[in-house]
Amino acid sequence: MKTLTTKLFATVGLGTALLLGGCEMPPPESTQWGYRGTGMEGLYNPDTLNELDANNIVPEALPAVPAVGPKSKDVYQNVQVLGDLSVGEFTRLMAAITEWVSPEEGCNYCHVAGEGFAADTLYTKKVARVMIQMTQNANENWSQHVGGAGVTCYTCHRGKNVPEYVWNINPGHTVAGGMKNQMQNVSSVAAGLSSLPVDPFTPYLLDARNGRHAGTTALRDEGGVSLKESEWGYSLMMHFSDALGVNCTYCHNSRAFFSWEESSPQRVTAWHGIRMVREMNNDYVDPTTDWLPPHRLGKLGDAQKVNCETCHQGAYKPLLGANMIKDYPNLARLAQPEPEAPAEEASEMPEASDMADMATGGDQ
Amino acid sequence: MSMMSFERKYRVRGGTLLGGDLFDFWVGPFYVGFFGITTLFFAVTGTALIFYGAALGDTWNIWRINIAPPDLSYGLGLAPLKEGGLWQIITICATGAFVSWILRQVEISRKLGMGLHVPFAFSFAVLAYVTLVIIRPMLLGAWGHGFPYGIMSHLDWVSNVGYQFLHFHYNPAHMLAVTFFFTTALALSMHGSLILMATNPRAGETVKTGEHENTYFRDDIGYSIGALGIHRLGTFVAISAAFWSAVCIVLSGPFWTKGWPEWWNWWLTLPIWY
Repeated sequence: MKTLTTKLFATVGLGTALLLGGCEMPPPESTQWGYRGTGMEGLYNPDTLNELDANNIVPEALPAVPAVGPKSKDVYQNVQVLGDLSVGEFTRLMAAITEWVSPEEGCNYCHVAGEGFAADTLYTKKVARVMIQMTQNANENWSQHVGGAGVTCYTCHRGKNVPEYVWNINPGHTVAGGMKNQMQNVSSVAAGLSSLPVDPFTPYLLDARNGRHAGTTALRDEGGVSLKESEWGYSLMMHFSDALGVNCTYCHNSRAFFSWEESSPQRVTAWHGIRMVREMNNDYVDPTTDWLPPHRLGKLGDAQKVNCETCHQGAYKPLLGANMIKDYPNLARLAQPEPEAPAEEASEMPEASDMADMATGGDQ
Repeated sequence: MSMMSFERKYRVRGGTLLGGDLFDFWVGPFYVGFFGITTLFFAVTGTALIFYGAALGDTWNIWRINIAPPDLSYGLGLAPLKEGGLWQIITICATGAFVSWILRQVEISRKLGMGLHVPFAFSFAVLAYVTLVIIRPMLLGAWGHGFPYGIMSHLDWVSNVGYQFLHFHYNPAHMLAVTFFFTTALALSMHGSLILMATNPRAGETVKTGEHENTYFRDDIGYSIGALGIHRLGTFVAISAAFWSAVCIVLSGPFWTKGWPEWWNWWLTLPIWY
């Protein structure tokens, strides 16, 4: 009996050690998002927060230059987007973009040495032009999402040619002949390693699928949404959590996920974010597909697209809310009328009107 | 209250843990004892405070009465009465009453010269409660991590805490706890039905004994755990259910801050297939 007890304790001890081996040590940092006792709160490992701080250091702004003097479109050729900037401002912005996007390759990442700066020989230069327009459009027309902090090239690029977190249409894994690919039941990186659908981005961030799955009555009587579609929605939400480093209760009171009245103001910001990203993917990224080189395309020949993580990179606000746009006001608004970038009407969301004020005043 | 003829001989003095002979008496069928008095004190005080808390709230709807813990900003300190302090005192009362009840069970066991199995098993239920409102909040550094006292509000808390970890069903200790709860229900229903079928024979037949019970299960599943064995098994699965419930919530937060699906990364990256 004694040996049995010893063995039992040894087994239990070993099991406990294994179980705790993968764990973190208390106490974590915690933050309250809802009324006391609702359980709407975030828990963070201090190590994760330190890592987040280290990953979100904002580069020092280049010395500002006056907006006076000849305009760049009068001095240089083929300046389609930034022509109204003074030559000084223009040069400063080019230097900043080089530091943000191609610090290794320098100017030659977009311009061919000896060919002059005007030529559109390299696809990278054409992409840069579209991306500048995209950035300006986000800052001018999507303040409900990007708030006062705005976005710059650095928000996504962080010194890399292509932002670290981008996505392509994912057709899913191959399945046995005759079987329908359900795009799920494998560990989904997009969905926080759960077994939810592997590509929640195509339906919601490229196509304009409606993510409203919860019924408002106990028994649904109108033509509802399929279980599979709901799981797409859940998968997208997992991506949101992952991308922002927050849990579901950052936006929702889970007793009624659908209820705007019980949600936090952050949910309104996210609602606008979905539409902003959808516009970015359709109006700016997708048109580049025709002239991008094959190594920049995905399995189905589509360009690399934007999702929440592209900017947020694990932080509830990109760069932890640092305001870079104040140092680069030329990126804050569209430099010239942009015919193909209509701002989407906010009236799609019936409950939005009373929440919009909270969104701009609250946590962006 | 009448007493069965043989009961008097079990009403023995002594065996108390505290209070000596002072409260060593019975009221009707109930043994009082020092811990009976403390149970009563804590239970009455706590219940009265719950009524006070409900009176401060905006509803008498039994489902919606809510007495919430303090804001996280109070940390492990005391909060004003109307901003969570009430919750703190009620928690002290509840814990005092539950622990008193355990100790009263110990005294009764000692009087009767029995093992301490009943207080041992009951203490696991108390452990689960204490883990939720004392141990876990202390590990997390704020009383505000406890659950609110209210029928709907505590369920909403459970839901939100689950979603703090994205998908709580991926919590391995939660999996074990749920499995043990279901197994407890299965074992109890099989045992209960076996006893009923043995003691309710057809008209004119005698009540069946353990041999019939054993034979039934040997015929049915090839094995009978036996009359004593089923109670050992039942104690084990029931205690395990409460124990793993406590483990699954104490891990969530103090020892794991990310989504539970992510915890399984060690499985996904095993060298066998990774």
